[in-house]
Amino acid sequence: MSGIPHDHYEPKSGGEKWLHKRLPIVGLLYDTIMIPTPKNLNWMWIWGIVLTFCLVLQIITGIVLVMHYTPDTNLAFASVEHIMRNVNGGHFIRYLHMNGASLFFIAVYAHIFRSLYYGSYKAPREVTWIIGILIYLLMMGTAFMGYVLPWGQMSFWGATVITGLFGAIPFIGEPIQTWLLGGPAVDNATLTRFFSLHYLFPFIIAGLTMVHIWAFHTTGNNNPTGVEVRRTSKAEAEKDTVPFWPYYVIKDLFALAVIFAVFFAIVGFMPNYLGHPDNYIEANPLATPAHIVPEWYFLPFYAILRAFTSEVWIVQFFSFITGGIIDAKFFGVLAMFGAIAVMALAPWLDTSSVRSARYRPQLKWWFWLLVIDFFALMWLGAMPAEEPYATFSLIASAYWFAYFLVILPLLGVIEKPLPVPATIEEDFEAHKSATGGTKTLPDATPAE
Amino acid sequence: MSHAEDHDDNRRDFLYYAAAGTAAVATGAAVWPLVHQMNPSADVRALSTIRVDVSGLSEGSQLTVKWLGKPVFIRRRTAEEIEAANGVEMSELIDPLARNANLQDGADATDANRALDETGEWLVQMGVCTHLGCVPIANAGDYALDSGQGGWFCPCHGSHYDTAGRIRKGPAPENLPVPPAEFIDDATILLG
Repeated sequence: MSGIPHDHYEPKSGGEKWLHKRLPIVGLLYDTIMIPTPKNLNWMWIWGIVLTFCLVLQIITGIVLVMHYTPDTNLAFASVEHIMRNVNGGHFIRYLHMNGASLFFIAVYAHIFRSLYYGSYKAPREVTWIIGILIYLLMMGTAFMGYVLPWGQMSFWGATVITGLFGAIPFIGEPIQTWLLGGPAVDNATLTRFFSLHYLFPFIIAGLTMVHIWAFHTTGNNNPTGVEVRRTSKAEAEKDTVPFWPYYVIKDLFALAVIFAVFFAIVGFMPNYLGHPDNYIEANPLATPAHIVPEWYFLPFYAILRAFTSEVWIVQFFSFITGGIIDAKFFGVLAMFGAIAVMALAPWLDTSSVRSARYRPQLKWWFWLLVIDFFALMWLGAMPAEEPYATFSLIASAYWFAYFLVILPLLGVIEKPLPVPATIEEDFEAHKSATGGTKTLPDATPAE
Repeated sequence: MSHAEDHDDNRRDFLYYAAAGTAAVATGAAVWPLVHQMNPSADVRALSTIRVDVSGLSEGSQLTVKWLGKPVFIRRRTAEEIEAANGVEMSELIDPLARNANLQDGADATDANRALDETGEWLVQMGVCTHLGCVPIANAGDYALDSGQGGWFCPCHGSHYDTAGRIRKGPAPENLPVPPAEFIDDATILLG
């Protein structure tokens, strides 16, 4: 599958040969599992497996929860309480599903920032990156709709505020909002369609995940040096890589075990830590909670949404040149979706010929500032919409856009990169001797 | 065979366009019902007008009813509340428009233009803050009377509305909208 030369599956027994002629599925699995993987991958390369695990966890616990849940405004809240109190082990399954969403987003953010640091999004991996962004968008849609299903106060008012974003679109906003909600306000029609789509989206994500894996198996994995695996001969490729099985499977399973320990501790001992108490009050269209806050994983983008108020000059400028069609509310919506769009365009905005930030002395600083910026936005998104938070949100939002639209294109021109190792093997050997690894050990090339 | 090229190419092009056009129309016709089923259903649309019995409402009290999934405030105002609302100059208002669905679009936000009846006793308005859609609290905020009567206050982001439901202070941009409403007899208001 990948362009890296390696051994392919050869059917041996009669039965294998029979099947292989008719459906080469064993060969496909073999080539996927045995893919030559750069041997210098660090711990930031574990998140893909964690994400796959999260998807499976959410689908399995979700299917089980559906056996007891009722999508009806009169019964939904009670059916969730039924799961919590009456269903055997129901409380634990629901808490796994609830906190599984948080683990999913922790992993996806780590995965995204890993790609931004090591330049994994750059040619030839743009398609992998774009599919990843699509998966991330679907994850956000799924998580949002899932949060509506328990029909608590935060469910209802979160849905009201977020679907209200579509109402900000000029001219066609209101019909779109009505169409999404199935009525003039969030009600039963909204709940049932969110339920249907919440069940559907994870399977689309699963499909896209396979395409995502297919794409990076075609180009080969990136690695911390950003240097490509040598492909001229199998012997050279084997000096740069190890097969995914068993080397990385075992490493990833170990990482997963550590993450499990923390995850199950949270699920077992503090399952509501990341939730809002207001969501244990049944939805009431006639009373608003005092403070509507989205789940933590939406906060950075919620902060960007709220940052652009009518007092900001750029909002006033756009409002003026469009004759008021783009008002503050719509500008905020555009900024929020734009924040993800500029990230999607990173492969074309980054002009540097060097992939990994390890050899980009200036980008390193800007990157870590972006990470701090992300956490700052997350904090600001949870704060009330007043000073000084409003000004901070504006500065932090501006940096988010500046990183992608100004810094990435400019640095490629003005930055002087450090020397990049010629091969992965060279970097690997240098790293091994630097950390005291003995040279007498046999070479870690695959034995197969 | 030159005639084959000339004629058949034109005929073939025509057949391609006709087939593609038919396929596009057929796809659209098949997809539209799937899109349209998400629009409000007949039972939701049927609730677009409701009758509210207001005979039990005494002066200075308020009824909140759900209409189109949103709260509607029906208030029977006291003479003091009407007087306070009438005493406001148009220049003091953040939003100078009445936002009354029963009047023409550009009407001024005078108290008479906001109230439902001639006497100004009845005020009917949506209970949805024009900022981010929270439900304001009655008899609260900076524009409640000294007696504590009248005025609305939104607890979410601190918008203050006066005794005529007009925005006076805070982030909300517009007055509370007045929905289509009329008295169909002495004790019944028709909403919608």
